[in-house]
Parts: sequence; structure tokens; C-alpha cells
Amino acid sequence: MNAQHLQPTGSAYFIAKETERPENHTLSVLVDNEPGVLARVIGLFSGRGYNIESLTVSETEHEKHLSRITIVTRGTPHVLEQIKHQLERIVPVHRVVDLTVRSHEFGQERPLERELALVKVAGTGEARVEALRLADAFRASVIDANTEHFIFEITGKGSKLDQFIAIMKPLGLVEICRTGVAAMNRGPQGM
Amino acid sequence: MSNGQSERREMTGAEMVVQALKDNGVKHVFGYPGGAVLPIYDEIFQQDEVEHILVRHEQGAGHAAEGYARSTGKAGVMLVTSGPGATNAVTPLQDALMDSIPLVCLTGQVPTSLIGSDAFQECDTVGITRPCTKHNWLVKDVNELAATIHEAFHVATTGRPGPVVVDIPKDVQFARGFYVSPQIAPRTSYQPKLQGDLEKIKAAVELMAGAKKPIIYSGGGVINSGPEASHLLRELVDLTGFPITSTLMGLGAYPASGKNWMGMLGMHGTYEANMAMHDCDVMICIGARFDDRITGRLTAFSPNSKKIHIDIDPSSINKNVHTEVPIIGDVGRVLEDMVRLWRATAKADKKALYPWWEQIAKWRARDSLAYKMNNDVIMPQYAIQRLYELTKGMDTYITTEVGQHQMWAAQHYHFEKPNRWMTSGGLGTMGYGLPAALGVQIAHPDALVIDIAGDASVQMTMQEMSAAVQHDAPIKIFILNNQYMGMVRQWQQLLHGNRLSHSYTEAMPDFVKLAEAYGGHGIRCEKPDELDDAIKEMIAVKKPVLFDCRVATLANCFPMIPSGKAHNEMLLPDEATDEAVANAIDAKGRELV
Repeated sequence: MNAQHLQPTGSAYFIAKETERPENHTLSVLVDNEPGVLARVIGLFSGRGYNIESLTVSETEHEKHLSRITIVTRGTPHVLEQIKHQLERIVPVHRVVDLTVRSHEFGQERPLERELALVKVAGTGEARVEALRLADAFRASVIDANTEHFIFEITGKGSKLDQFIAIMKPLGLVEICRTGVAAMNRGPQGM
Repeated sequence: MSNGQSERREMTGAEMVVQALKDNGVKHVFGYPGGAVLPIYDEIFQQDEVEHILVRHEQGAGHAAEGYARSTGKAGVMLVTSGPGATNAVTPLQDALMDSIPLVCLTGQVPTSLIGSDAFQECDTVGITRPCTKHNWLVKDVNELAATIHEAFHVATTGRPGPVVVDIPKDVQFARGFYVSPQIAPRTSYQPKLQGDLEKIKAAVELMAGAKKPIIYSGGGVINSGPEASHLLRELVDLTGFPITSTLMGLGAYPASGKNWMGMLGMHGTYEANMAMHDCDVMICIGARFDDRITGRLTAFSPNSKKIHIDIDPSSINKNVHTEVPIIGDVGRVLEDMVRLWRATAKADKKALYPWWEQIAKWRARDSLAYKMNNDVIMPQYAIQRLYELTKGMDTYITTEVGQHQMWAAQHYHFEKPNRWMTSGGLGTMGYGLPAALGVQIAHPDALVIDIAGDASVQMTMQEMSAAVQHDAPIKIFILNNQYMGMVRQWQQLLHGNRLSHSYTEAMPDFVKLAEAYGGHGIRCEKPDELDDAIKEMIAVKKPVLFDCRVATLANCFPMIPSGKAHNEMLLPDEATDEAVANAIDAKGRELV
């Protein structure tokens, strides 16, 4: 068979050979905080077959009605460039910065990325003590507790949170809530 | 978003809509009334400045507005009610999005207090139309209505043009508020870049000056940029002596009678245009987007060329094809700089292009648009040729439906000016041409407006014949009737072992009687030697005409780049035997469209 590598990429119409490798990038998107703006951004990703690994959004400048959306997405460099340009086409979008690309320009491996998680662990006896000891080691703080449970608040890189959650699993993990990634570049410059 | 202090007049939301239309220079609105837009219709009733064209289906209103926009360069406007009115508008909205047509769609909505309650004729209009518009708005406050409509016109007509929707709840139409005039302080997040980067344009001119095998590949962006862009394009071609081809959407920007014209390129483009695209060393893409109908197999697309790409939309750059010199800006502005720089710095070495033109002449000699003439049956290509010969001296506008007839029209009807050719390129909407012709005729009441149609497509929006009769729009519907969905059948022959699944239209209506039933005029022609007289009759009749042109039923559209193939692997008409057709597309190509 000489089937080559003619795999359709996203659409059956295009048969470009995918030679580039997908990478995770973190994008910061500054938007007017108006009804439907998040739907426009998310709809763009689903409509064009892009990935969302993480999404965080909140108003950041109340007087100017500006919100900042942080998206972690996965794609080849070519697709990532398209995502940026497609986002910029959305009328209420002010700026799109690929923080990962920007950090490379600064000679850094990646931008600052932090995530917050609330982790509920229930149990008694030795498991309970162990959970508290580990939480301390991870610098997670207890924000709610009674004799049968803890709720920990933990902040850090995604990988740290992953690890903490994995460790809590055998110790009575009940539920988890994560905020998604908030990110910005190091140094004095703004986005 | 707006200033507000200029002229503040109190009025109802419905009055504001009509006032905003007037203030944005709107003369015609295509629409269909319904419960949620009645206050606006009541205002339209009480004035004469804005004329309302009543269609028979909201899709027709949309395509008519698109034809109006495409033929005038102004925004087309449609007005529809909530629910089904809005959902019926979706097809023309997506059509306008893909072909970059400025289209302003005003929709009624149920009262704000009922939104979300599954009220009668409610739908989530902004949700449904979000992916098929450039932008859309739901106006919940009457004091924001005027500024929103002004902004809608601004967004639709500037940058890369496109469709917009303004959704207006019925209570907002009744409410009283303050009207503001359209001096918009543009929102800071929407600032299309018009002026090209001069360094990039210099680099492009340098590359062009050194080219031995150049080609200009222009598209609909030239036409959208306005008549001046077409002038500049012609000037650039004259100065450089470069050959030029165009996409389907760009026909007319460079005249078909121009000596550097190579015909359309792409899937059904000419052999010379596609071969030149494949073999060129410098490609100048002007306002086109490397669509898959143009490029064929991407991995084999013009492998040895450096590419210059002028586009107003940064997302078009490097989307499908990598470009060495991207220039982001309005085609007209960029061409202005490019022509100026070329005059100042580059000397056209037209002699250096001789071998290239000789090669092109060899390709041209293959005569890729040739077909076998027949004395008993009208060949579809012949019908288009005669239509062209008999109408070319007139003030003519051509629209089409989608399918074989559309490609034959693009191949055999020759356009000298921009804005004369209205066709659904990106979305490929069957049923586009008849209502589009209505829109064109409303904009140009004295012109000859012809919809080159197929028998299948035209039945999708046939009801607009009634609208054409009502509004004295003498559109000519020239139907190439082969009793098949010709392009579907052609692909079934190419891909599916000639099993013609549901591509034959049984129970075809009698188009002559149908025309008469609508109050129009019907003509049928079955013989080549009667064709000229029949076409003359069609031109002479001063009312809408359905022309049933019975053509060879099994003719196929060539030349063709079969899917999955490259520009230099075209299927030419004289090679398109039954066997060649059956084997033209291999298993991989079959998965494509």
C-alpha cells in the first residue's frame, strides 16, 4: 500500500502531511466584558476543532469592562498561529498574546502558571493524620474541617496539584475543584 | 461605544431602526414580516425613503441582499422576524460570511421578559448566528439600539466585509429612548489594518522584479476593496507584463479581454492557469485565500515558487499555504503602494518573460475549454457562449446557482468589469442565483440581470419569481436544464461507479407553465439553431423570464482537477473517456470532496 500519510487534519478537505509536533501553549486574551464574549471564544475553539486544555476567565479591569481569558491549548505551531489570528478576528477581542512564545523570546522555558484547587478529604485515624501531614508538606492550607473531613486549598503549578491529588486518593479523597490556569509572563512588561 | 451628545432625539425603538437605516444610506431592505417585527414594519409603512422588498422566504431576502451588496459595493440589508424568520436567514448569513459580503440582518425577537421561556417563535438568534456572522448583538436597552445598528453597519462594511445580525426584542421596538447619529467612535478592539507594511511591499516588488516565471492570482478581495483596486490591479499587470488568473469570486477584476488573462484557475479552471500556478517561480496572491478548490493537493501545490500574499485578514495568511512575503492590508491601499514602488524602482524586463509566455502559449494551445459541438442537441457550453455573445455589449449582470452550470458560466461567460458576477463560491449554496438576481435588479433597475441556473438549483428558491413579479424586476432565469443534478452526477461517475443515486430529477415541472403561473414569461428552447432567437426574445421581454434551455443531459464539466490531485494532473475534456473518468480519483481522493 502506498497510503502515505494522507490523513485529513480536522477536515476531510485538507490532506497536509502533519510533520510538526503538537505543543501546549498558554494564551492570554483580553476582551470586552460583554454578554456572549466567552461563548464566542469557546465556539471558535469547538467550531474549528481546536483543543482547550484549560480555561480561566474573570473581569480584570472593572472600569474598562475588560476581562482576561487564559487558555491552555494544544496544537502544532501552525495551528497555534491560526488560533491566535482567529481569536483576533473576534470583534470584542482586544489582544491575544501567546505567553509561551513570549517566554521563549525572553529566554525562558515557559510563562508563570498557577492554579488553585480545593480538595476535600474525608477519613479518620491514621489516614486523616497522614493527609494533614502531606498537606503541610505541600503547603496546602486547611480552610474547612470537622472531625471527619478536611478541605484543603492548594496553589501551584498544575503538576504539583496533580501530584497532591494523586497522593490524597488513597487517603479518602471525596471531591476536587480546580480553577484552571492563571498565567502571565515574568519581568516588568505587561501583555 | 458612541458619543451621544450630537443629536439626541426621543423616539421609539422601531422609529430608531428606520432612522438608522436612513442615516446609513440604506435605500432598500429585503424582508418578510412577522409578529416580532411588526412595530418596525409599521414604521416602514409610514415613510417612503426606505423601500421594502417583500420576498417569499427569508432565505430569498438574504440572497437578494447579498446580490444587492455584491453588485453595488454597499451593505445589503434584510429584515426578518424571530424564530423561523431568523433560522431561515442562517444560510445566506453563512454564505455571506464565506464570500465576505457586507450583509446587515435585523431580526425581531420575543419581548425581553419572555426570552428563555420557549415563547412562541422564540429562538436563540444570537446563539444560532454567532458562528455564521462576523459579529452579532442582542439589544436589550432601547438607548443602545441606534448606536448598535450604526456599529453593525460599520463592522459589516469595513475590514474584511461580512454579515452581522442585530436582534431586537419587541418591547425594545415599542420602548422610547434617545436616538444618536452614526458618528461612531469605533470600539478600540476592532481596528482593521488597512495600510500594508511598506518594507514587506518593497520585498514583494524586489521578488517580482527578479521573477522569470511569475503569476498573479487574484480573488474576491480585489472586488471587495472597491473599483479603484481593480484599476490598480490592471495597472500592475500592464506595468509588469505578468500573466494573471483569478478565482471564481474574483472574475471581472481584470478584464477577460485583457491580453494577460489566463482564465479562471482551480478545480474547473483552465489548463494554462493551473499549469502556470504549478510551475511558477513567484506567485502574487491578491485578495484570495488558497481555498481547497484552488490548490488541489496541498502537498503538491506550486512546489517551486516564492509566494506573496496580500490579504486584509491576518488569519488568511499561512492558513493553508506557507507564504514568504505576507502583506496584511486592504488590497487597494497595498496595490497603490506596490504600483508606486514598481514605477520608482523596478524596470519591467518583459523580454525575460518571453520563455514563460511561450510556455503558457503551449499550454493554452491545449484548448482546455473545448467541447464537441452538436447540431441536434444544445451543448451547455454553447448555450453560455451564445448568451455571452448576445449580451456582452449590454449593461449585464450575471448571477448563478451552484453546480455544473456555474462552472460553465465561469468558463465561458467573460467579464470585463468588477461587481458584474454574483455567485456563491465558498458555501456553494444551490438556490442563491434567483433571489440574488432579484437583489441586483432592484439595485440596477435598467440593467439586464441574468441568473444562469441549473434545473435542480433553481427549484430551491423558485418562489422568489413571485417577488420578482410583484416588484417589476424583469430578471432572466436562464436554466441549463439537463434533468440531473449535474455536478452530483459527475461526482458519482468519478467516485461511485456511475451509480446515479438520486441525482436524476423525476417529475420536473414545466418551467414555461410555471413562469406563466407566476405571472412571468416562459420560453423553451431545444435546438441549437433556435437558440439565438430565443435568447433575443428573453432579452426583449420586460418581465421576469424562466428560460428552459434543454441541454445535452450527460455533458460533464471539464477540465477538472480530481480531488487529491495536483494542478499538473488535470483531467482534460479530450482525455475524459468513460474509463478515465471512472479511474480519475483513487481510494484516497474518494474520502475528499
